[in-house]
Amino acid sequence: MIIKLAPQLVNLAATLILMLSFAMISQRRISSLINLFTIQGAALVAASILLGYVTHQPDLYISAALTLALKVIFIPWMLHRVIRKLNVRWDVETLINIPTTMLVGIGLVIFSFSLAWPISRLSHNLAGGSLGIALAVVLLSFMMMITRSKAVPQIIGFLSIENGLVFAAISVTNGMPMIVEFGVALDLLVAVLILGVFMFQIREKIDSLDIHKLEALKED
Amino acid sequence: MSWLGLLSQLMAIVMALLLAPLMTGWVNQWRARLQNKSAPSLLQPYLVLHKLFNKESVLAEHASPLFRAAPYIVFGCMLLACAIIPTLSTDLPLSPAADAIALVGLFALARVFISLAAMDVGTAFGTMGARREMLVGFLAEPALLMVLFCASMVSRSTSLTTIVETLAHREFTIYPSFLVTGVAFTMVSLAENARVPVDNPETHLELTMIHESMILEYSGRHLALLEWAASLKLLAYSCIGLALFFPWGIAEANAPLALLLALPVLLAKLAVGGFLLALIETLSAKMRVFRVPEFLGSAFLLAVIGLLVNILLGVS
Amino acid sequence: MYALFFVLAVPLLGAAVLAFTGHRDYARNLNVVFSLSTFLAACWLTAEVISGGPMLVWKQQFFIDPLNVFLVTLTCFVGLTTAIFSRPYMRVEQDLGKMTPPRMRLYHSMYQLFNFTMLLGFTTNNMGIVWVSLEAATLTTLLLVSVYRTAASLEAAWKYFILCGVGIALALFGTVLLYMAAEKVLGPESATLLWTSLNAIKGDLNPSIIAIAFAFLLVGYGTKVGMVPLHSWLPDAHAEGPTPVSAVLSGLLLNMGMYAVLRVKVLTDGALHSVMAGQLMMGFGLLSLVVASFLLSRQKDVKRMFSYSSIEHMGLITFAFGMGGPVANFAGLLHMTVHSLIKSAVFFTVGQATQKAGTQIMSEIRGLIKINPTVGWGLMLSSMAILGMPPFGVFASEFLILTTAMREQPWATPFLLISLGVAFASILIRVLPMVYGETSLKPLAHSPALVPVFVHIGLGLVLGLYIPPYLNGWYVQAALMLGG
Repeated sequence: MIIKLAPQLVNLAATLILMLSFAMISQRRISSLINLFTIQGAALVAASILLGYVTHQPDLYISAALTLALKVIFIPWMLHRVIRKLNVRWDVETLINIPTTMLVGIGLVIFSFSLAWPISRLSHNLAGGSLGIALAVVLLSFMMMITRSKAVPQIIGFLSIENGLVFAAISVTNGMPMIVEFGVALDLLVAVLILGVFMFQIREKIDSLDIHKLEALKED
Repeated sequence: MSWLGLLSQLMAIVMALLLAPLMTGWVNQWRARLQNKSAPSLLQPYLVLHKLFNKESVLAEHASPLFRAAPYIVFGCMLLACAIIPTLSTDLPLSPAADAIALVGLFALARVFISLAAMDVGTAFGTMGARREMLVGFLAEPALLMVLFCASMVSRSTSLTTIVETLAHREFTIYPSFLVTGVAFTMVSLAENARVPVDNPETHLELTMIHESMILEYSGRHLALLEWAASLKLLAYSCIGLALFFPWGIAEANAPLALLLALPVLLAKLAVGGFLLALIETLSAKMRVFRVPEFLGSAFLLAVIGLLVNILLGVS
Repeated sequence: MYALFFVLAVPLLGAAVLAFTGHRDYARNLNVVFSLSTFLAACWLTAEVISGGPMLVWKQQFFIDPLNVFLVTLTCFVGLTTAIFSRPYMRVEQDLGKMTPPRMRLYHSMYQLFNFTMLLGFTTNNMGIVWVSLEAATLTTLLLVSVYRTAASLEAAWKYFILCGVGIALALFGTVLLYMAAEKVLGPESATLLWTSLNAIKGDLNPSIIAIAFAFLLVGYGTKVGMVPLHSWLPDAHAEGPTPVSAVLSGLLLNMGMYAVLRVKVLTDGALHSVMAGQLMMGFGLLSLVVASFLLSRQKDVKRMFSYSSIEHMGLITFAFGMGGPVANFAGLLHMTVHSLIKSAVFFTVGQATQKAGTQIMSEIRGLIKINPTVGWGLMLSSMAILGMPPFGVFASEFLILTTAMREQPWATPFLLISLGVAFASILIRVLPMVYGETSLKPLAHSPALVPVFVHIGLGLVLGLYIPPYLNGWYVQAALMLGG
């Protein structure tokens, strides 16, 4: 029964991930943003495990374990700690208002779907259809990174891009080679740690985490 | 049209009339319990209707005939909507009229009349309520249409009866877009039925009202009809939701016996739905009015995404 | 085999050692020692490749051929000279109070770690590991750029992270698509991402997938190269870090991004049988060239001005590789070499000048030749060299690129000439008053150690006049491999 429903369940997980990306764009509170990101990671883990079970590829289990450890447990815990210490709970400003952001988001979704359409036709994989969704998640998170003015949502946008990329990898190719996955995970971990440190320093220097205050180096 | 068919149709209408206040009572009861207050009786709405019907209806001096006719029109629209939505069976005489777009039109008709009536007497709060109601409706209608189109993509028809039949009788498939459109539909029904987070139905502060401010001037039997119409609207939306997303258990026949057998399933589904509605209302806070366009805009865009996902994943 | 091991292991060891001892007085010399050992190992490796041809090492995970071995040697050489330059420079910085012991430890260990990631990226055969090492290089330089902890450097580091993070994510998507196309032909093992295997079957790769993959990879890795429109991190990052870091970023990291693009271009050309890849590269290269030279003319900060010059030169290199063909590829490779040498020399002198003058704003620096002839002459000569004045090497490569463009892509020639001209004029106008002109600062008591500068300028001069035969052989072989 599960095997029969597997493609639909993976597509369901993909749609959930996409919906969470949209929810993240329109979310104003930073702690809910982190929670949404955690749920997104959990959906990704579920999709990996399911695909691993159905296609009998143990590599996907390892990938799922990595994602679980990193994106569902460690990074959200660290981010919660950081925002507690930095005392940032709300992020009221965005560069462009939320309805416009969502309209642009729809445009990006249409663009990614049309771009990925011919490629997913070529994939023999179980979940090939969700390449478009993965690319849409990447582009939506990219937009979130650009339109937010505080540091923590930008980091979450970056991590969410990576979620989309891992999903793309598992949907068209049953995951990247293990060594690459480990390398990517390591890079991500180090990046988040460095950024955590940075946020404290930015806060120390300019007393705020509003990235728009860091505008000294503009073009003159 | 056979006599049996006519009888079944009447039965369906009567059941809808009777169920609507019960549903409202159920939701109110659970909302009170979840908020740790003592709950009113389940039959409270019936008692309120009874009271209102026996009271005198007071009208303003310069109220136009529209003001007097509006409650009946609104009630009629809602009753018709409940009659044609496949609540208990898909094969009733009026079922072929259950086109999704026609339904949206019915709701829009009701909205137009009640807004006009609110503006008719010329009070400040009435006009404000009418304006806000129009804003909500203007944004909610496209979202609702999108949700219905998404569901109709699966069954290749906008007729609700066809949708129900196709979904209930296919083998169990998970349509990922239903996740997204389900969320969108929930958001739209919260807005249309004047529930928290869009509008608090229990508020007595006129400045925060949307729906309630439009019926401020009514009393007596007119108010009774409008309250009943609101309950019917809630029932109608719940049944649309059930028909689109959980269509199992709806009878296919034209006989009264089949209708009676489908009733427990419907009651069970409505009970769960009512509880969830009360839960959502308790967990959310009412939004400021200028946030409502954002809320409904997101619902619309979610529905569009559902549509796109349908296209991408190649749903039949 | 051992040569490669040493090339990779020495910087890694250096990073570990300097993480603990980096604040001591001998740490600066230790840094030079590690860089020297890496350079010697690289020379050994080069000798092996010259005599033995391209080699696959350790279960095919590493591949050394003429293209990357000269880049490896170049990287180690510039790393060495920068370490030598950084010895006295960072001591002065420490005396000025801008560097504390923990930051010195961070600086030294990250410097060696950065070298390691670059060498790993150049020598690996696995396209996925290329991505990983490029990202790791970004992270190490992130820490290096922000080491002064000023508000401006934190802003530069943050922008660097955001823009490069986005670029690298797009590149990862391109890599996934590449893997997907390769998996169809080679099957789903980890050997599928090896460049050598991909090169062997490149004719069989699905064209539509590869076309989209190349677009993503070009934009993604192109961000690291500083291609417009994702270039705005570059002036900030290059200007706000310590001078040795600016030199290394401009001279070496940009080359690595270019190298990744080139490897992918070879595969794309084989799979597509059309000139799409080349045309995309020409378009972006020309765009970067034009935009950078015009933005250059409006700069007031000397390091930012030269960073825009880096964007401009990398645009020219991208354009050259986009044109393809033996002459243009040769010119591109030559330009990469001389640009690394001369640009790092420029940054060395500029760093010395700004350290002395205490500011990076050009209108406030004057009369360098009076303060110290070495600094003045150094800046004059290196600016002349980078602007393409004969007989320096940059002139030779630019000449080759221009003549090839006139022959094969005449529409691009006006853009090239105008941009190069604008850049020439802007830099010259700014540098001349800095070198000559009146100043109230006292002359330096002793000459600063600018030996690396003159070594680089000398090499640039030599390469402009006469390319030694083994170097020539390298370039020709690599140019042939790049095809087009």
